[in-house]
Amino acid sequence: MRDVIILGGGVTGCSIARELSRYRLDILVIEKNSDVCEGTSKANSGIVHAGYDAHPGTLKAKLNVLGNEKMEALAGELDFPFRRNGSLVLCFEESGRETLQRLYDQGIANGVKGLEILEGDTVRALEPEVSEDVVAALHAPTGGIVCPFLLTIAMAENAAVNGVEFQLNTEVTDIRETEGAYEVLTDKGSERAKVVINAAGVHADVFHNRVAGREELKIIPRKGEYLLMDKNVGTLVSHTLFQLPTKLGKGVLVTPTVHGNLLAGPTAVEIPDGENTATTAEGLSDVQKRAALSVKALPTRQVITSFTGVRAHEQKGDFVIGAMEGHPGFFDAAGIESPGLTCAPAIGELLAGQVAEYLKAEKKPDFEPRRKGIPNMALVSYEERQKLIADNPLYGNVICRCELVTEGEIVDAIHRPVGATTLDGVKRRTRAGMGRCQSGFCSPKVVEILARELGVDPAQIRKNNPGSEFLTGYIKDGI
Amino acid sequence: MTKDLVIIGGGPAGLAAAVAARKAGVQDLLILERDNRLGGILNQCIHNGFGLHTFKEELTGPEYAERFIRQAAELQIPYKLSTMVVDLRAEGPDRVVTAMSRKDGIYEIRAKSVVLAMGCRERSRGALNIPGYRPAGIYTAGTAQRYVNIEGRMPGRSVVILGSGDIGLIMARRMTLEGAKVQCVAELQPYSGGLKRNIAQCLNDFDIPLLLSHTVVDIKGKERVESVTIAEVDEHLKPIPGTETEYPCDTLLLSCGLLPENELSGKLGVPLSPITGGPLVNESFETGVSGVFACGNVLHVHDLVDYVSEEASAAGEQAAKYLTELSETSQNAGQDASAEKALRLRGQNGVRYTVPATIRPDHMADTQVIRFRVGANFRDATIRVSAGDQVLLSRKKNVLAPGEMEQLVLKKADLEQLPAGSEIVFEIAQ
Amino acid sequence: MTEVKEFTCIRCPLGCNVRATLEDGKITEITGNTCPRGADYVTKELTDPRRIVTSLVKVSGGELPVVSVKTAADIPKGDMQRCVQELKAVEVKAPVRIGDVVLANVCGSGVDVVATSNVAAV
Repeated sequence: MRDVIILGGGVTGCSIARELSRYRLDILVIEKNSDVCEGTSKANSGIVHAGYDAHPGTLKAKLNVLGNEKMEALAGELDFPFRRNGSLVLCFEESGRETLQRLYDQGIANGVKGLEILEGDTVRALEPEVSEDVVAALHAPTGGIVCPFLLTIAMAENAAVNGVEFQLNTEVTDIRETEGAYEVLTDKGSERAKVVINAAGVHADVFHNRVAGREELKIIPRKGEYLLMDKNVGTLVSHTLFQLPTKLGKGVLVTPTVHGNLLAGPTAVEIPDGENTATTAEGLSDVQKRAALSVKALPTRQVITSFTGVRAHEQKGDFVIGAMEGHPGFFDAAGIESPGLTCAPAIGELLAGQVAEYLKAEKKPDFEPRRKGIPNMALVSYEERQKLIADNPLYGNVICRCELVTEGEIVDAIHRPVGATTLDGVKRRTRAGMGRCQSGFCSPKVVEILARELGVDPAQIRKNNPGSEFLTGYIKDGI
Repeated sequence: MTKDLVIIGGGPAGLAAAVAARKAGVQDLLILERDNRLGGILNQCIHNGFGLHTFKEELTGPEYAERFIRQAAELQIPYKLSTMVVDLRAEGPDRVVTAMSRKDGIYEIRAKSVVLAMGCRERSRGALNIPGYRPAGIYTAGTAQRYVNIEGRMPGRSVVILGSGDIGLIMARRMTLEGAKVQCVAELQPYSGGLKRNIAQCLNDFDIPLLLSHTVVDIKGKERVESVTIAEVDEHLKPIPGTETEYPCDTLLLSCGLLPENELSGKLGVPLSPITGGPLVNESFETGVSGVFACGNVLHVHDLVDYVSEEASAAGEQAAKYLTELSETSQNAGQDASAEKALRLRGQNGVRYTVPATIRPDHMADTQVIRFRVGANFRDATIRVSAGDQVLLSRKKNVLAPGEMEQLVLKKADLEQLPAGSEIVFEIAQ
Repeated sequence: MTEVKEFTCIRCPLGCNVRATLEDGKITEITGNTCPRGADYVTKELTDPRRIVTSLVKVSGGELPVVSVKTAADIPKGDMQRCVQELKAVEVKAPVRIGDVVLANVCGSGVDVVATSNVAAV
C-alpha cells in the first residue's frame, strides 16, 4: 500500500507532489492525460496575481499573497521563467473610481504591498500604449507573469527526482474507502493508499462526492478564450493590463507573456462540459473587442494562435482545501480557479503540511530542492551556445526555426524525468512549434525525433492523448 | 571567417543567385542551407510543371532543382547544409552572419555582401483565426506535402482543404492519387488563389468541388479532426448563417497564403514592404541595407519557380557588380546619394505592389522587368504605367488574377528623362 | 448539331480558357488559345485525353523511404489511378538516380515510369 495518491497532474497536484516529496513517503500521481499540465493548467493567463481581487478572509485571498511571495524563490530553485512585471487595473469611467478604491482597500486588507492608484496621464507615462480613455488605474508592482507549463513541469520533474511516481494516461474510475485507507480504481488497474489528495480540477467534485456519499461540491466549468500574438508585438505593453468591468461586461486582460508574446483574453462562459476546449467565432471576436479598449491599437493582425481554457469554479466561490470531514485520509484541493496558478506553491505547502502531519511523516535529509531547466538556445549568449554545442552537437541542429529550438533541447525534454512523449509535451517543454509558423515546419521533424528517441514508429507519435496520432498510414494504403 | 558573398538559402533562389554571381566572377562565396540537401521546397514538389520558361521543358520540382544543383557543382560553389543562420547584423562595412550547425557549431562570417533567399512560410490556422477544437489532423498543405512526398506517410484519409492556393490544389491531387478521399476545397474569396491549370488538372480531373466564397466555421474532434463545418460567406467575407454544411473528415489542410520569412532581414534592419512582407528593393534587388540583396519568395511570393530563378540570377549578378565596384572604390560610394534621386514605383487601383520599389535609372540596364500582383480578378483590362501626366506604358490584358504574378518591362530611355524622385504609378484602367 | 466546349489548357501556367466548337462531334473551330499548344491540347482532350502522372515508389536501403517518380510521357487520363496502383507493388533499391526506370510500360501504355529525384544508399 502506498502512502499517498494524488489525483491529477495539474499545477496543483504537481505542487502538492513536490512539497510532499520532502517527506519519507511513497507517493503516486495519477493523471488521465498523456502528460502533466494538460487541463486547466495549460490554458490560462499565466499571471501571478498581486492579490487584491479576492475578498479578505477567503482562502483565495490568503493563498494568493502567499503564493505570489513564494514564486520568485521557487522560480530560482526550479529554474522556470517568471517576471515581476507589475499589473494595472484600468478604469475607463469616472464612475469606476469607487470600484478601483474598493480593490485598493481589499488589496491592503489582504496584505498586498506597494499598491497605488494612478491618474490616467501617469498611467500613460508608465505605459505609453494604454488607451486615452483610461482615467485612472490601480498599480500593483508585485503582479507578475509566469510560464504555466514550465512551472508545472518543473515541479513534476523535481517531485519525480525526489521519488514521486507519475502514472500518466490513467483515468480514475472509482474510489472506495476501506478501513483506514482508500482503493483507487483506474482503467489500468487499482492502487491502494492511506491518503488520497483530490486535485482533479474540473472533475474534483466527482471524486469528492463519491467519497462523501453525497453532493457536497459542485464544480461549474467556465471556459475562457484567448488570442496569442506574435513576439514582434510582445513589447507593446510591459505591465499586465486588467480592466474594471465596463458596459460591455467583465473585462479582459492584455499582457506580455514571459516568453515575449502578447496575450489577450479571456472570455468567461459557463459550460456544461469541462472538456470543451473549442474556441468560437463569437468568443474570439469578443476578446478582440474588449481587449481593444485597453490599448491604443490592438495588433490583431499579429495573432498567431487562439485557445480555450477551462476553469474549475466551485459554486460557493472559494477554494476547497484540506481534510474532508468524516473521511480521514481524504484531502481536497478543489475549486482551484483563478488565482490558482499563483496560489499553487502555497497550496502545495499547506496541503503537504496537513498530510505529513496526518501521516506523521518525517522529512528526508536528502531532498533535492533544485532543478535545472533545459538549456534555452534562443536566450543564451554566443559563448554559452558555443559551449553547449561543444558538449553536445545536437544543440547545433535547429529544429524549430521560429523559436530557435535545437535537437539537443528536444532530446533533453524527452529523456527528463516525466519526459515528453508527445508533440505537445515537447512544445511545452521547449517551445518548439509555439512560434509564428505554429509548427508547420518543425512538426514532421519533432515527430521523427520523438519516434527515434522513444523507439517507436512515427505513426505512433501523438499530438497529445491517444487518438491524436498525426499519421494515418503509408501512401497507397487505401488503393 | 570572411566571405565576399554569403547566400542565405540553398533553394531555387539561392542556387540561381549563387550560379549567376559565380559566373559574374565572384570567387569567394558560400551558400548556407538549413535543410540537409540543396533544392529547398522543390524537393517536396514532386509534381510536374516546372521549367517551361527556363529549360523549355516540363520538369518536376526535384528535377528542376537538380539542374541548378548540377550547375552549382560544376562551378564548384561551396555550400554548407543543415546550417541555420540565427543572426544577421551590420558592423560598419561588414554584414555579420551568425550560423549554427551540428557539424560546425556556432560561428560568425563577416561578409562584404549577402543575398537573402530564405523563402517563405505558410499562413497557419492560428493566423486565420479558425474557431473550434485544436486536434491533430490540421496541417498546412506544405506540411502534408512533406509527410507524403518525402516520408511516404499519409497524414489523413478523408480530407477537406481550406484555401485554393497552388500547394492546396496540388495536394488535393496528390492525396487523391495516394488513396485519400478529398471532399472539397473551400475558398474564402470569390476567386481562386491558384493557377487556373491547377484547378483543371488537380480538382476537375478528380471531380473535387471548389467552393468559392466559402470558409471553415467550426472544427470538431477533441483528439483528431472528426468534422469540419463549411459555410458560405457574404461580400464582406463573413459567414452567412444557415449555409453551414458539416463534412465528416479526419484532416483539414490549409492553403491560405504564403508569407515571406524575413525574421533575419528584420534583425538587420532591412525596411520591409507592409504589402508583400518582403524587403523593399531597388532595380538591383538591393535592400535598404547596402550590399544586402533579396530574391525569390523572401522578396515576394512568386507563382512560378522559373521567375524565381530569373529574378535570383539578376540579384546574383547585381551582388557581383556591387563587389566589383566595392573593390574599385574601396568603399561603398554613393548608394545613399543616388537613392534620393531614385524613381519611386507604386501600385494603385488594383495593382497591389511592384518589385522593385525604386529604380535608379543610372544603375539600371537598358530594360528592367517590373513584377507585380493584382488584388482582384479583371477581364479585358489595361495596365497603365504613368509618371505624372505622362503615360509610359499601356498594356492590354484579357485576364488578370490575384493568383498570378504579372510583369512589364520598362525602358531605360523612358526613365532617364524623368525628374529625379518622380513617382511611377502602376494601375488598372478598365 | 453545334456544340461548344470550354477547356482550361494545362500545357503551360498561363491556363488559357480555350473554346472548341463542334459540328456533329467534329471540331470546326478553336478559339481562346494563345499558342498552338492550346489547340493541340483541346483536340487531344476531345479524342484522347492524356496526363503525366507523378507519384512515389518505395526505396529500400536509401537515405529516404521513397523516391519521386513520373511517367516519362503522358498516359491516358483514365489510367491515372491504375498507374498508381501498379506503382504500389514497386520497390527499388538505393541508390536511385534521376531518370532511372522504376517501372517499364506502365498499364501497357508503352510509357515508362522514371525516377525524378536522387536517393543515395545508406
